[in-house]
Amino acid sequence: MTRERVGRIRFMDAQRVNLDGFAVENPELGLVALASPYDPEPGLTVVDGRVTEMDGVKAADFDAIDAFIAAHGLDLSVAEEAMALPDVAVARMMVAPDVPRAEVVRLCAGMTPAKLARVLALLRPPELVMAMTKLRARRTPSNQAHVTNRLDDPLLLAADAATAAAYGFRELETTVPVLADAPSNAVAVAIGAAVGSPGVLVQCSVEEAQELELGLRGFVSYAETVSLYGTERVFTDGDDTPWSKAFLTSAYASRGIKMRVSSGAGAEVLMGGAERRSMLYLESRCVALARAMGAQGVQNGGIDGASVAGAVPRGVRELMAENVMVMARNLESCSGNDALMSESDVRRTSRTLPIFLAGSDFVCSGFGSIQRYDNMFGPSNWNAEDIDDYLAMQRDWGVDGGLRTASPEEVEALRRRAAEAARAVYSWFGLADFTDEQVEAAVDAAGSKDLAGTDATAVLSAARTIMDSGLTMADVVTALVETGFEPEAERLLAMLRARVEGDYLQTAAIFTPSMRVLSLVTDPNDYAGPGTGYEPAPERQAEIDAIRQQRSVRDLRAAQLAHRADALRPVREAAPGGDPREVVIGVSPATGRDVWLTLSGLPVVDALRELMAGLEEEGCAGRIVRFNDTIDLGMIGLSAARLSGSGIGIGLQAKGTALIHRRDLAPLANLELYSIAPALAPEDYRLMGVNAGRHAKGATPEPARNPYTDEAIEARYHTTVVSLVAIERSHCTGAPAEELAL
Amino acid sequence: MTGRGREGRESAEGAEGPENTESTEVRAYSGRPVGSIDLNAVRRGEVGPDDLRIHPDVLERQAIVAAEHGNPQLAANLRRAAELTRISDTDVMRVYEALRPHRSTADELTALAAWLAASGCPLNATLVREARDVYARRGLLKPAQAP
Repeated sequence: MTRERVGRIRFMDAQRVNLDGFAVENPELGLVALASPYDPEPGLTVVDGRVTEMDGVKAADFDAIDAFIAAHGLDLSVAEEAMALPDVAVARMMVAPDVPRAEVVRLCAGMTPAKLARVLALLRPPELVMAMTKLRARRTPSNQAHVTNRLDDPLLLAADAATAAAYGFRELETTVPVLADAPSNAVAVAIGAAVGSPGVLVQCSVEEAQELELGLRGFVSYAETVSLYGTERVFTDGDDTPWSKAFLTSAYASRGIKMRVSSGAGAEVLMGGAERRSMLYLESRCVALARAMGAQGVQNGGIDGASVAGAVPRGVRELMAENVMVMARNLESCSGNDALMSESDVRRTSRTLPIFLAGSDFVCSGFGSIQRYDNMFGPSNWNAEDIDDYLAMQRDWGVDGGLRTASPEEVEALRRRAAEAARAVYSWFGLADFTDEQVEAAVDAAGSKDLAGTDATAVLSAARTIMDSGLTMADVVTALVETGFEPEAERLLAMLRARVEGDYLQTAAIFTPSMRVLSLVTDPNDYAGPGTGYEPAPERQAEIDAIRQQRSVRDLRAAQLAHRADALRPVREAAPGGDPREVVIGVSPATGRDVWLTLSGLPVVDALRELMAGLEEEGCAGRIVRFNDTIDLGMIGLSAARLSGSGIGIGLQAKGTALIHRRDLAPLANLELYSIAPALAPEDYRLMGVNAGRHAKGATPEPARNPYTDEAIEARYHTTVVSLVAIERSHCTGAPAEELAL
Repeated sequence: MTGRGREGRESAEGAEGPENTESTEVRAYSGRPVGSIDLNAVRRGEVGPDDLRIHPDVLERQAIVAAEHGNPQLAANLRRAAELTRISDTDVMRVYEALRPHRSTADELTALAAWLAASGCPLNATLVREARDVYARRGLLKPAQAP
């Protein structure tokens, strides 16, 4: 019979983090992050320029992965030097700012998978941050988005692609819930991306052969779903070999298409084929293979298997070590932060933060730019729900995470243009006819659930027509020109020209909006310690800083003026009163001048009316006096008490903070205080009026309690408070106190 | 399906190979300078598939750049890619399919390598022969047909 746990534990059990699975480390199943007792000892034997033994395996026993790495992946001219270095010496070189990136890259080229895994396992989290800062290929960080929806709705895909581009994503990845829809999705996203910004790369993640065909037709401008696995069995279960993948890599390049491979921890474990090795060692084989094949980059950091890595001790650290390993092999890193790895907002943020701070070629290899439910890869670690959080994080840390703020007007205009462009192209080719209502629905939709519905067979038939009729991107360019979307046609044509020019085949290439290629070649990372490396240019920094929610004193003054009322008028200079039932309500200098609303949104005059009414209930008379010599609430209340016939005064700041004071108390003492202005309701002011009346009559009322809130009330209001105080201060002229009529 | 503006755009791929390019200006597979590929040309229907395909010389130049930037494997890949510009999309797909596990016998891979070598793709031919030998050792060939 089990006894129920105590309330504290039941309460903790109910927190979201406990929906996550946590696994006991188990090398037998490959559930081990950084090092397994079954990982091989690093080693390399070279005889007559040929590898005869690698990581404890003789050439005759090489599996296909070993064989490919041994034949193509290692720089044998540095292998002896590199393999002889102590692991910790290499780890230190990765971190030390004074060792150039090129030197680390040179040596790592001669290291076997087991060796490099050992080195990376030594780096502690802040060291991984330093290593990533220095070792990533491209100086300028960037980011990649997912653009998908449950319905494969082309208009929504186009609108969302334009939105993602507007927010700064330089690569967009789409996929399909219905495989045959792929060509339609690729076309819609490419059109939307071109509306959003020039130079945005687009891919459609589907089965290898189909993905290649989409590339050959020009519908996509890069490919990523070329999966590698760390054991031969899982690799061939994936219906490929290192040679077929190497050929595929060349095939993409032969058509001028950028391509990277995908790997990452956990995949082998999920397929029951980890062969008792650690995740980091298996991934080290994948990364070595990627380099051997000549792929320019790797998407890793636990992609579909991220939560498997997240389930074991040090698993999240392993994910980042994978990214750094890619960089150390001189490849582009598309750094995971892709599949949602936890139900906990804290854990998923913790998982991304170090990479975000260090900066990567692509911080996320799939930030869900659409809502979670529309992400056909499955929800991402970051989603449309989090874009504003991410923008705020960039601003908090002064870090370029690849995103920018788009104004509401910009987003609306781009979404409409994108949906209209997609409609025009689909209509031009007779793929589908969309109504004005469908366009407007896509423009306004926050997700596919906001659409009236999409004719699934229409999308399928459009996709089939695209494939069967041999349409290419050149035809889409023509259609855009003919239907009046010339700028977009020019942008798509520029992407086609880029394939002819070939510069974006180099490592870590992206295009700027002015179509300049940024890559390892044109924008090499030159970090060498503080004061060096990437720093956002002033315009970029301004873009990071200027999130749409920021407000200035001017904005606030304008917002207050919208609530201006003429209910408060000065009538005479204030003098002491003699009525023992009189309570003076002292108000702050800006009251009735520039400040009209309290922080709770209640008009100041309403707060005053409630106070007056409360006094009246107790048979007392209120008199309102504005003080012009102080903004301190204690002083305002005390001054009011001193003018009051009863000796009891109320102090009220225009922002809503209020107290009851008595003429014989010290300024900072008081009888009752409402300190949390944003939470105050009219009845609270009424009660304060009543209590002040009772004090005036010599009674001792039960003090009113501040309403309590567990929300981040200070985060919400402090910027407003600073502005309100500045406004109050500007009216603090030292002029005599004046009586106001309400 | 309209197919508007697509007349007269037969691909020359695999026929007589790309035009030679000597100047430093980037040229497409067709030999046409990339700068001349603009919307006006598209509007006039003067842009064909080979005007939008990369030229092997461009890939050779990119291979040199890759090697100079510490990645000889990327350079090798770009050189294999330069060769593959000479074969059609269909043939590219065919070779890829043949290299997948359990798709080809050793003899078929030998024949494929010979065809690649004869089609101006010696580096790719070498890759296929290497695959054949490893596949044979690792059991990745197509099981031999019963007679």
